Parts: sequence; structure tokens; C-alpha cells
Amino acid sequence: MSSILRAPLDRRSFLKLATMAGGGLVLGYYIRPAGAAEVAKPDIEKVDGVFIPNAFIRIAPDGTVTVFSARPEVGQGIKTSLPMIVAEELGADWKNVRVVSAVLDPAFGPQFAGGSMSTPMSYTAMRRVGATARAMLVEAAAQTWGVPANECIAEAGVVRHAASGRSMKFGDLVAKASTLPVPAAESVALKDPRDFTLLGSRIGGVDNLKVVTGQPLFGIDQKRPGMVFAVYEKGPVWGARPLSANLDHVKSLPGVRDAFIVDRTVPEGQLTGLVPGVAIVADSTWAAFSARTQLEVKWQEGGFQNSSWEDFSRQAQELAKAAPGSPNVAVARTDGDVDKAISGAARVVEAAYSYPFISHTNLEPQNCLVHVQGDRAEIWAPTQNPDGARKLASQVLGIAAEKIQVTITRIGGGFGRRLDSDPVAEAAVISQRLGAPVKLTWNRTDDLQHDHYRPGGFHFLKGAVDADGSLSAWRSHHVSFGSNLGADDYPARFVPNYLLLNSKLENGVPQGPWRAPGSCTYAWMICCFLDELAHAAGRDPVEFNLALLGDRDLVPGTGERGRPYNAARMRNVVRQVAERSGWGKPLARGKGMGLGYYFSHQGYIAEVAEVTVSPKGDLKVDRVVAAVDVGSQIVNMSGAENQVQGSITDGLNAAWRQELDIRQGRVVQANFNEYPMLRIPDAPRAIEIHFVKTDNPPTGLGEPALPPLAPAVCNAIFAATGKRVRQLPISRTDLSWS
Amino acid sequence: MSKFTLQVNGRSHEVDVAPETPLLWVLRDQLDLVGTKFGCGIGQCAACTVHLDGAPARACLTPVSAAASARVTTIEGLSADGSHPLQKAWCELDVAQCGYCQAGQIMSAAALLARNPNPSDGDIDDAMAANLCRCATYFRIRAGIHRAAEMAAADREAKA
Ligand code: FES
Ligand code: FES
Repeated sequence: MSSILRAPLDRRSFLKLATMAGGGLVLGYYIRPAGAAEVAKPDIEKVDGVFIPNAFIRIAPDGTVTVFSARPEVGQGIKTSLPMIVAEELGADWKNVRVVSAVLDPAFGPQFAGGSMSTPMSYTAMRRVGATARAMLVEAAAQTWGVPANECIAEAGVVRHAASGRSMKFGDLVAKASTLPVPAAESVALKDPRDFTLLGSRIGGVDNLKVVTGQPLFGIDQKRPGMVFAVYEKGPVWGARPLSANLDHVKSLPGVRDAFIVDRTVPEGQLTGLVPGVAIVADSTWAAFSARTQLEVKWQEGGFQNSSWEDFSRQAQELAKAAPGSPNVAVARTDGDVDKAISGAARVVEAAYSYPFISHTNLEPQNCLVHVQGDRAEIWAPTQNPDGARKLASQVLGIAAEKIQVTITRIGGGFGRRLDSDPVAEAAVISQRLGAPVKLTWNRTDDLQHDHYRPGGFHFLKGAVDADGSLSAWRSHHVSFGSNLGADDYPARFVPNYLLLNSKLENGVPQGPWRAPGSCTYAWMICCFLDELAHAAGRDPVEFNLALLGDRDLVPGTGERGRPYNAARMRNVVRQVAERSGWGKPLARGKGMGLGYYFSHQGYIAEVAEVTVSPKGDLKVDRVVAAVDVGSQIVNMSGAENQVQGSITDGLNAAWRQELDIRQGRVVQANFNEYPMLRIPDAPRAIEIHFVKTDNPPTGLGEPALPPLAPAVCNAIFAATGKRVRQLPISRTDLSWS
Repeated sequence: MSKFTLQVNGRSHEVDVAPETPLLWVLRDQLDLVGTKFGCGIGQCAACTVHLDGAPARACLTPVSAAASARVTTIEGLSADGSHPLQKAWCELDVAQCGYCQAGQIMSAAALLARNPNPSDGDIDDAMAANLCRCATYFRIRAGIHRAAEMAAADREAKA
């Protein structure tokens, strides 16, 4: 019995709904309401004797429970955590649960992995998926025994009737359960969270054994019979088009099957889909890589060949001098009278903060395997956005999306990069020409020079404190590369006189979401400047920030896109982190503690970093303490801690040394030797995580623990050395002291 | 093209490839041993770490011609079933996030434990600094190595 309803909402609506409802609303679409027509799913095969209550669950007569994992696994642990939710409500024994990755199919609802949305969108939905199946198993047992269903419970893969001492295993109930109607999802009672036995426990990743034994899990590991190997060279300047290339020579090289120019941009005018380039197809990856070293291309470099970081920076300084409301200086928010407050203030601080473009540098280079056969295609992709991949492939190939099957592989790092599908489009055009399965592999230089970067940015700040030490004015001018601070971004709504000015630099740099987009840099600028103001006010930073957060609990959003800010949750994590970290304890010279806190991706997180800076200026991050409020329930304690530990360490990785230089319309850095990544000796030795449970819906952890780290470290550096880090990466600032 | 006989994970393989082909691509494309990963191709990430005669080596920088005289061990050959103490510790402590770097991490750590059964944090820093983890699981990698050392010591004791 298959009982699936096509998800009638597109991704955008889902996002909106999920945000509005804190996740609860979407689930009804996963499960066929009682009486609704069945929609047969071609990919959910009907196996005799197997109980299939919905798209996500199958229970075999031997008791094995198969749970489909619909969301891409990028290292966020979703392939383990969402099935845990299903298993908890089902009452399954985790030992008998087998998790299988789903292909892209509307039966599974939204299948992207981004924005830390999977947990909030799927938490209640997955509970209902499990609970519905449990209700049917319980009903089957109750009917068998002739007892009321509400006297039976399901736990550890068994249904029990306590009063009569009877019990039946799930496997022995599947035949009967398969004949029962599927109850309406809303009619099924969910467990009392106090009865949870699986959720909140520490469960290892379901693919761990395969990972540590080197099994072929990733996109780059995929193979098909008759597969050929491709590379795709794009112009060094973004938007460049190949005019000619030494294709005949390249085709004559050992192992080379084909070489050709692709002069298409899909979607038209965009830099993040298919862009023009030269393809080389060979018998092996190495033959393709080797042939590429002899490829010579004449490029038409387009309109951006003069862009440089230096020039962007100069333009930003110019814009900073312009008056509010002048061309390209938009007033995004104004409260009170900032100028008046600043002129009458006891202390005024002025500072310019800036950060560079950085790359996602997924360790698994971009790749994709595509097999186009006439009017249909198959894709095996390490994609965070399988539906987007299919849409782009459909556009590029001129093949209807329904005729394109997408298999989502495990992903060697996402961080937002794999929400874009350019490698899929490249492999697709190549396979269409060859008519064979094509595996496209980027090299590290492709990856660094054709990323969709985390944008750099410039912030020109002025703040004022009153004689009583309170923050009276905040004037902020953001010069961005396209996306600016929003009118509600912190500390808007908390400062009586507030002015936000936004400017955009014209540029041709491809950009994309990078772990905690916006927040990952804004948090640094905001919390560092607040720390400057706390010191200007002569107040302890924790006490100053708690006072700023005020005494309101839920601060409503302003304007159409306004978002409420739960100041009570934030004060709570700030207090917790101060207490747990031993904030205020005496430290030797060259040691310091710093606070960072930020609300992003529905999580309220505060972190304290403890650093040591040697007189010569060598930095060590000794310890980081985090207080994390992501709602009422941690799904998988091991996975949750792993995400926070990783976000903290990755936050340090990004802030400490990462920087891309842009010259002549291209990224200068070509490999890891020029783009220093954090290594084990520099990783924080001690990371302490305190989950603060509050009565709020559970939300995701892939991102929100990253933004507070950089300001915590930079504020700790100030405490240790008296030096302010106003420019990222940190390595740009001389931290020596005497 | 030239013919080479490779000893990989205790088995003999004949391959016919250009002599300068890196061992990495022979393993991945010719021998279907894809546990060894490509990350940078220039010896900067150690995702491709294998053992040549027991010593850690970057497969992306090792031409197949140079590998032919050595015993090659890849992650697939570290143990048949995930029973090496590092593999067990990695599962127990749930070290991986995306997992892409972990074969290289484990191979580097295995070489470390083979010569230093009880490494200090400093020893770990020295032996593991070449291995990038983009997901930044360093905290658990360190804990995983200490745990594996403990497990191996317990095994030795049990056998003694
Ligand atoms: S791929 Fe060999 S060191 Fe990076
Ligand atoms: S676990 Fe993802 S790169 Fe290490």
C-alpha cells in the first residue's frame, strides 16, 4: 500500500510556511489524508509482504525497519537525525533500523539541505510519519487481541498490551497493518517528549562504518559502465567567453576522446549556472587533467577584467563620505536622531570594519556524473539542492524535468556551495554531446577560482554612549557587493537613535550562500563594535550587552519583512555562557576572554573564547565555551555537539587566515598553498557546549554556532593585548605587545 | 603507456598507464579503490594519504612508477571490516562530519600509532598537521587518536 500525496508546495512556499509555523505546518502534505486517492510512486517498489505506511517507512516481516532519508547528507548529520525522529515515534528499536538515501521525488517533500532548515521543517513532519505507522501497528495488534488500541503501546519494535501481558513484534504485525486504512496524520497522537528514549541520546552517524572503510559514498566515487572522464576549463575572468582553442592538438593527446567549446550561459546573464568554457573528455581522470595542461584558449574577457579588491576598497571609502540619501547611499532604517545623539554624547567611537571574499573550499572538489540518453537523463550528484540541479539540467538539456532522475550522493562538504548546480550543468552538456555517462571533476584551482564566494564587505560605524554608560546612538554604513544588512538586523530596535545606510558596489564576482550567510560576517562586525563601545563606556562587556538587550522578552519585527527577536532567549544564553566560562576571572597578561552572541537560523547562541597571545603576536585559542538555545529538543546529542564543535572551529578557520585577493577580474589564489586553512595544531583544544533547553520548536545547528565565534576571539584578543582587529582575516593585524 | 605490477592491500594488480600517472588516479580510476580521496593534487591536504611500505605518503604526488616497488596500503586495506582500533574509535566517537577527509586522517593516524603507540597532543599535532579537515572535526580527530591508542593498549594487554 503506497499512500503518498504529491507535495503541492514549491520550495519557496515551504520556506515561508516553515518560517511562519516554526515548522509544524508542512507535514500534512507528506502523508495521504484518509480517503484521499493513492498516487503510485514508481521508485517506491511494492515488495510483497512489506508494510509501507508512507514514503519514508517500510517494515519487513523480519522486523527490519527501513527509513528513507530524503535530505542530502553534507556532514550535518541529517541522514542520522531525521530517521531517529521517525524511529522514536514509531517505537522502533534503533538496532533494527536501516537508513537508505532517497532519490529526488516529490513524495518526500522538500529535499534541499540549506539554511539549517531541515530540522525545523521536518521535526514535526517526521514525528507524524513515525506516529502514523505506529498507530497502524498498534491497531493491528489491538484487533488481533480484541482489546482497545489505547491500551497498547509500541516500544523497541514490539507492541504490548500490559493488562493481558501480550506482545507482538512489528514484523509479525505487518501483514495485518498493511490491510488497515492510513489514519489522518493530525488524528494521531504524538509521544510526550518526556517519554523519548532515542531523541537526545548519542547516536553515531549511520554511514560511519562506510566512511572509515573507504566505501564509495561520495559524488566523486560514482561510476557507470562505459563512463568517460571530463574536465571543463572556464575563463580566468568571470563572464569570459572562449573565442578559440587548440582543440585539434588536445584531441591528439593520449586518452583524449573529445575536446570542444561550449559557448552558452544558462540561465542567460547569470554567473552561477552554466557559463562558457572548454570541455575535454578522456579515458581517465588523469588523462583529462594531463591534456588540460596543454590546452590553450583565447578568451574574450568581458566587462570585469579590471575589477580588483584594491579598487573595491577605494570605492567603499569614497561612498563612506557621502551623505545619507545621495546616490547609492540608501537609508535602510532610521530611528530617533543619530546626529544629535552623537554630538551630545559623552563618548563617541568611530571605526571601519572590513572583510574579504572567501571560498567554500569543500574538500570534495565539485563534480557530477550525468548520463543523457536521448530525451531522458540520469544525474548522480553531491548536491544540496537536487531539485535546483534537475531544473538547471532541464534548462541546459532541453529535456523535461520529469525525464531527469537525480540520485543524491553523500557530499564531501556543502557550506552552501552545493546549493548551486553549475557542475551539474557542465556534466550535462558534455554527456549530451557524447551520449555516454560522463563524470566531470573540477580541480582545486577550478574550485577556488570559480566558487560563488562569500562576499566581502565594508562597514563604517559610529557609536555613542551617554554619561550613564548606555548606548545612545549607532550609525552604520554598509558597503556591500550586493546583499546588505536588513533593517531589523541587530542592534536595530535596541538603540534609541539608529541609522543604517546601505550601498552596493557594482561588480562581477559570483556570490553565493556561505555557512550562515550574512550572519557569518555581520556578527563579527556588530559584536566587535559593541565591545568597543562597552569599553568606551567603561563597562564590563557582558553587563553592557545584557543591558543593551534590555528587559523586553519578545521584541517584535518592524516592517513587512521584520523578524521578531527573542531578547529573553538571548539574555539567557549570554548569562549562561558568562557563568560557565568563568567570565571575569583574573587572567595573566597576554590572555583574554571575549564574548560573541548572535541570533541566526532560529538559534540563539553565545560564545566566550579564551585566547593567549604571545608578546610576538602569536595567537592561540585555548578554550571556547558555548551556550546554545535551539529549542526544546536536541535530536542527536552526538551530532549536535559535532556541529557546534565544527562551527566553532570553522569560524576560527575562516576568520584567522582566509582571504582571496582579486586582481584583474580574477581570484589570485589557486590552491591550498596560497589559501591557508586551519590545521589541527591551531584548533581550539577545549570546546565546552551547554545546550539550554527552552520551550520553543527544535531548530537546526548546521550554521548558527559559527557567527559568534569570530567576534568572541577578536574581543578576547583585545582583552589580551589591547589591540583591535577591525579587518579580517585576523592574520592581517599585528598582535604583538610589550 | 607502460605496464606495472602493483601490490595493493596484499593483492597484485597489473595496470597499463602512463608512468607519471599519480598512484591516486590509478587507485581510483583503474583499481576501483575510491576510499583514497582527491582534494588538491599538490600535497597540501593529505586526503590522498596511503601507506607505502608502512610509511604515510601522498598518493597524488606518488607516480605509479615509484609505487610499483612498494607495498601499498589504502584505507580499504587497513582492515577488512573496520576492526582497526582507529576505525573503531572513529565510529565510537562519531568523528566524521562529511567524512571526505577521514580516510586520509585515519591513514596518517595509523602510521603515527604504528611508530608511537601512545602519542601526546604535541605528537598528534606534528603527525596530523598535513591533514585538512574542511568540516573542522579536529577536536574529535584528536580524541579519536587518543581513544584508539587506549583500545590498542587494551588489546595488547589482553593478548599478553
Ligand atoms: S590530494 Fe594529495 S595532498 Fe591533497
Ligand atoms: S569531515 Fe568533512 S572534510 Fe573532514
